[in-house]
Amino acid sequence: MSTSAKTEVKRAPLTPPRRTAMRWLLDAGLRRNMGLILALILLGAVGVFTAGDRFADSNNMMTIVRLAAVTGVVSIGATFVITIAGIDLSVGAILALSAVWASTLSGQVFAENTHWIFMVFTAMLIGTLAGLVNGILIAYGKVVAFITTLAMMAAARGLAEIISDKKTQIITVDGFLETIGGDLLGIPVIVLIFIAVSLGGWVLLNRTTFGRRTFAIGGNPEAARLAGVKVERHTMMIYALAGLCAGIGAVMLMARTTTGSATHGTGLELDVIAAVVIGGTLLTGGRGSIFGTVLGVLIFSTLTNIFTLNNLSLSVQLVAKGAIIVIAVLIQRQLAARQSRT
Amino acid sequence: MFKSIAPHRKILGAAALLASSAMLLTGCVSNAPAEAPKADATTAATAVAAGGNAEAGKKVTIGFSVPAADHGFMAAMTDLAVETAKEYPDVDLKVSEGTNDVNVQISQVETMINDKVDAIVLLPFDGAALTQVAQKAMDAGIPVINVDREFSTAQSSRVTVLGDNYGVGVSAGDFICKELDGKKDAKIGEIPGIDSLPLTQDRSRGFKDALAKCGLEVSNRVPAEFTVESGEKAASNLLQAAPHLDAIWNHDDDQGVGVMAAIKAANRDEFFMVGNGGSANMMREIQSGNSVVRATTVYPAYQAADGVRVARLVAQDKALGDLLDIEVPREIVLYAAVVTKENVEKYLPTAFES
Repeated sequence: MSTSAKTEVKRAPLTPPRRTAMRWLLDAGLRRNMGLILALILLGAVGVFTAGDRFADSNNMMTIVRLAAVTGVVSIGATFVITIAGIDLSVGAILALSAVWASTLSGQVFAENTHWIFMVFTAMLIGTLAGLVNGILIAYGKVVAFITTLAMMAAARGLAEIISDKKTQIITVDGFLETIGGDLLGIPVIVLIFIAVSLGGWVLLNRTTFGRRTFAIGGNPEAARLAGVKVERHTMMIYALAGLCAGIGAVMLMARTTTGSATHGTGLELDVIAAVVIGGTLLTGGRGSIFGTVLGVLIFSTLTNIFTLNNLSLSVQLVAKGAIIVIAVLIQRQLAARQSRT
Repeated sequence: MFKSIAPHRKILGAAALLASSAMLLTGCVSNAPAEAPKADATTAATAVAAGGNAEAGKKVTIGFSVPAADHGFMAAMTDLAVETAKEYPDVDLKVSEGTNDVNVQISQVETMINDKVDAIVLLPFDGAALTQVAQKAMDAGIPVINVDREFSTAQSSRVTVLGDNYGVGVSAGDFICKELDGKKDAKIGEIPGIDSLPLTQDRSRGFKDALAKCGLEVSNRVPAEFTVESGEKAASNLLQAAPHLDAIWNHDDDQGVGVMAAIKAANRDEFFMVGNGGSANMMREIQSGNSVVRATTVYPAYQAADGVRVARLVAQDKALGDLLDIEVPREIVLYAAVVTKENVEKYLPTAFES
């Protein structure tokens, strides 16, 4: 697996003229995600076949994307983490902590008196700080990511329960609810946030030095270090980024549910990891695809939607989800093997 | 009244198996269990008394969404609702199966709104979190029947059907006061369910208020999460923390299975326990007379089934038969009875198997 990643990293700067380089990248992106695109088309066909117009309806499409939005944004951050061969189990708990912290009664009073945007900033700040703690422990404390984020998962959830006294905090700040929970140009704002974060994540990963360093660390941290990349600092920043995305997810879920609760985002980390992995990002690091992650999230939310439309049990859906994860990974391995042979 | 509208059953040459399962259901849903075996005979009478509400009306589609059936009570809620819908040929129940993810549950309700169903029966994982989408449904002209866990604003539902949470706390507290008969400094343990739910907070408030009337207070309180596993864990901790207890109130009979296991493991019997929910195995414990369980308060598992029946009436523009009101009431609170050895026979048929 890592061999294909390395060839990619090496090959990219070698392609001389800019236009063909663009085309090559696009081709690669499409080809790499072909399995996912096919799966999504297939799911769409199943949806139309089983639920007809109820599926292929613009309102229903919006329902699917709204469902995907929160998980999607958090998954973008997780794509970076997994690309450097890390793991973050704490995103769901960080989301809960950010949501609870930003929606305390005093926080809401402050937001009413000043501006609702402070609730957004608070959630993003808390998410980033929690992520930063993860990053410092992992990068400088040399604690294994799995353990660090497992600890954060417990601690952040517990802190969220303490702050909220285990009560659901109802958000009454109208400006916040109407803006983030509303529509802009006929599109729900949380969907726009999902699109913006995805585009931002794609640019950051594929078009900046930050992104190149991310791939380099994931492919071979020692080589990256020798090449002058500050591996510790970069690792720390990536976990902070994952925390920031969880904070943004908290803002979206707060608007969607009009509440802040310590139960928000329970089990989210597994949905996120599943989406990132079927999106083609390798758990062993060195290869990551934002486009793939977005497709992965959409596949799962479409699946949920089709099951809902057909009144099928969510338990069966869990089985289907498991099967999809395995099949997607198997197909991708085949494709990757074929690519590296050609 | 409403609960006793025994279903107007047309078992069109159904197999004996089907008939017997339907019979069992009547036993569960009706509050006149002694008559369950001859339910068919009483059906016509109650149906007429209910103003012909049991007669098939306009065909209605009802959307149904509940939390995950991760413990017996919630599973019983779902099963009874599905069964009751089958009793009515004019009801098409669209079941979005249980989820504890509010994000997913919101999308389920959005799908029901897109589908333009005639009514929605919604048992939210978190009432406050589902209020906005319920309001959206109401705004779209779809009546929402809110079951068990209340929305943050009452206007977001057409009818609220729920157990009496404050009431079960009071019933349990009163029973413990009576049993302890003026004993001073009695040690009372409390094992609530998920503490973040307003219903848990209401129960605890009722319990505290009732105990205060006879000068007692809760000395140890360890919350569980409604599941057997969490009940066992919470009870073990509670027993460890309190070397002597006089009474325990456990908020949920499912977690009660775990609580009982912990009590047996600790080999303790100096106290008595009061349950809540009304599961069949707790009632059997009460019936046996040699268990620490002396009573359980009723928090009916047929709320969601009643929610479906109410949704049908609202969607068909009918009212509750025995009342003068020509509309279905805004709120239906089910009675919090106390089941003891004396009256357990009456309640056993309404119990759910956990």
